[in-house]
Amino acid sequence: MTTATPTVRVQVSTARKRLDLAGDRALFGICLLAALLAAATIVLVGYQIVHGASPAISRFGFGFVYETTWQPNFGEFGAGSLLFGTAVTSAFALVLGAPIAIAIGLFLTLLAPRGVRGVVGPLVELLAAIPSVILGFWGLLVLGPFVQAHIEPFLHSTLGFLPIFGNPETTGLSVFTASLILTLMVIPIIASISRDLFQSVPPELQDGASALGATRWEVVRGVVLPTTSSGVVAACLLGLGRALGEAIAVSQVIGAGSELQSSLFKSGDTLASRIALQFPGALTELHKASLFYCGVILLVIGLASNLIAQAIGRRFGYQGATAR
Amino acid sequence: MSGAATPDPAAPLTPSGNLRRRQLVSRAAELAATAAAVIAVGALAIVIYTVVARGAGAIDLDFIFTGYPTGVGPMLLGTLVIALVATLMAMPVGVLIALYLTEYSGARGSGVLRLTLDLLNGLPSIILGLFVFALLVDHKQQSGFAGAVALAIIELPLIARGSQEVLLLVPKALREASDALGVARWRSVLTVVLPTALGGIVTATVLAVARAAGETAPLILASSVFDPKHFTVNPFESMPNVPVWIYKLSEEGNPEGFTEAWGMSLLLVSFILFASLGARALLARSKRKLSS
Repeated sequence: MTTATPTVRVQVSTARKRLDLAGDRALFGICLLAALLAAATIVLVGYQIVHGASPAISRFGFGFVYETTWQPNFGEFGAGSLLFGTAVTSAFALVLGAPIAIAIGLFLTLLAPRGVRGVVGPLVELLAAIPSVILGFWGLLVLGPFVQAHIEPFLHSTLGFLPIFGNPETTGLSVFTASLILTLMVIPIIASISRDLFQSVPPELQDGASALGATRWEVVRGVVLPTTSSGVVAACLLGLGRALGEAIAVSQVIGAGSELQSSLFKSGDTLASRIALQFPGALTELHKASLFYCGVILLVIGLASNLIAQAIGRRFGYQGATAR
Repeated sequence: MSGAATPDPAAPLTPSGNLRRRQLVSRAAELAATAAAVIAVGALAIVIYTVVARGAGAIDLDFIFTGYPTGVGPMLLGTLVIALVATLMAMPVGVLIALYLTEYSGARGSGVLRLTLDLLNGLPSIILGLFVFALLVDHKQQSGFAGAVALAIIELPLIARGSQEVLLLVPKALREASDALGVARWRSVLTVVLPTALGGIVTATVLAVARAAGETAPLILASSVFDPKHFTVNPFESMPNVPVWIYKLSEEGNPEGFTEAWGMSLLLVSFILFASLGARALLARSKRKLSS
């Protein structure tokens, strides 16, 4: 190697070095900008929703959350019954959906042979890919009439002494049908997360339990579920977030009732579905603002359940909390 | 089971009385878990069967290419344009965020950013509808663009998360080789890292589009007042689109409208199923290729 070459190289590369420095900075800059844009979007969404709601907030104050009158013609608004409907449908969906979804997760990790697992897993996730408007349409024309003709009368005649199983309505549009549709929506979310969780349980622990004579169920009860319980709770919260915020499918099958009803077979309404149903035809600015106020409540509950889920998930060390 | 501290070595190795019960319980649990899987797959099958059985009869060439009342061409075109515009906005930003996460951010920054993405992903779509209404529609007019902004926000976390997963799989050796040659970081990102991960990034984007294409709630507020006869590719007016039209027909309660809605549902569902199944298969393949 001659002594001249290094100096030549340095001279050639100064221009290039400058370009590279600029290029590095530019790439970092736009990447950072994109990241900031994502954060700004969240803030902007929050601001716009609260801003849109501000006339209703200043008019009704916090009382809006529990008042149950909703009369657009008289300018009287309160989200109490909607909050109630949201709570009932989501709780129902979770109570019915979570055990099924967790069982699917167990089936996929512990029971299913490899071939079956490869087919059933993606199929369950596909359930989440069906657009809510189609699921709602199906609920309206197929599930609703079926539930009204068969399931509701059966529950009413056998468990009718409970006020939640009252007389079925003639339309098939009910809180019950809406809850069933929501159940179908939360199952794939909870199932795919809990499957991933169960797969992360160290096989030595399970083998150890089996070697001590535990049956398959005892392995699940004693090892798999306890080691993953907090993650499963986080998964359920994510499912809950989905159920709370679903607007379209619920608005198609719930029947848009405005009163507090103890029976699941009556019509009802939720925060999200009320926005979808009434916003396009909102009568006054106050009506719009009240629907925005519903959005604020929804946003707060949704963000809270999501944040709690993330906090539990992080603590647990489970990173893939983004469902699908 | 005998006491754990001092097991009696002379104890006979006969099953305790409740072994039969324990095995029955276990068998019952297995049965229940299988039944749960059957329920979920069965529900999917019933929904898809209904959509195919009731929608297939409605679909012919006129249905796809002409406007109302013989077909749904304008709605299909509108959904295509809205999804395209949304993806053009979401994909670059999503990929850049993924790059930021893999190339630049420290542990703390990436934690905050990931949380942001998860929160964006968890936002109810009706909220995004209200957001674009307040931002772009209120006091102005509805537009396909406003809908596309909402869909872009839905796609963004999915694209970012998916791209990040693929970027992390780019072999270290490639990057090190590039570093060893004295290549600047931005050059190796643009010429080595991104091209290697391109297949995975595209499939992640397809998955995101499949998810966004059927979103109805934002479009109800952003692009719902339209003329179903009007073919348009101009995103700055209210565009006909498939999800809102299905929603409207389902609310109307007219049997002919129902048939039309089933037909559109079939088109939408088949697009989504093929896109997501195909993308999943491709993604699995490219991940295997990268990690082997």
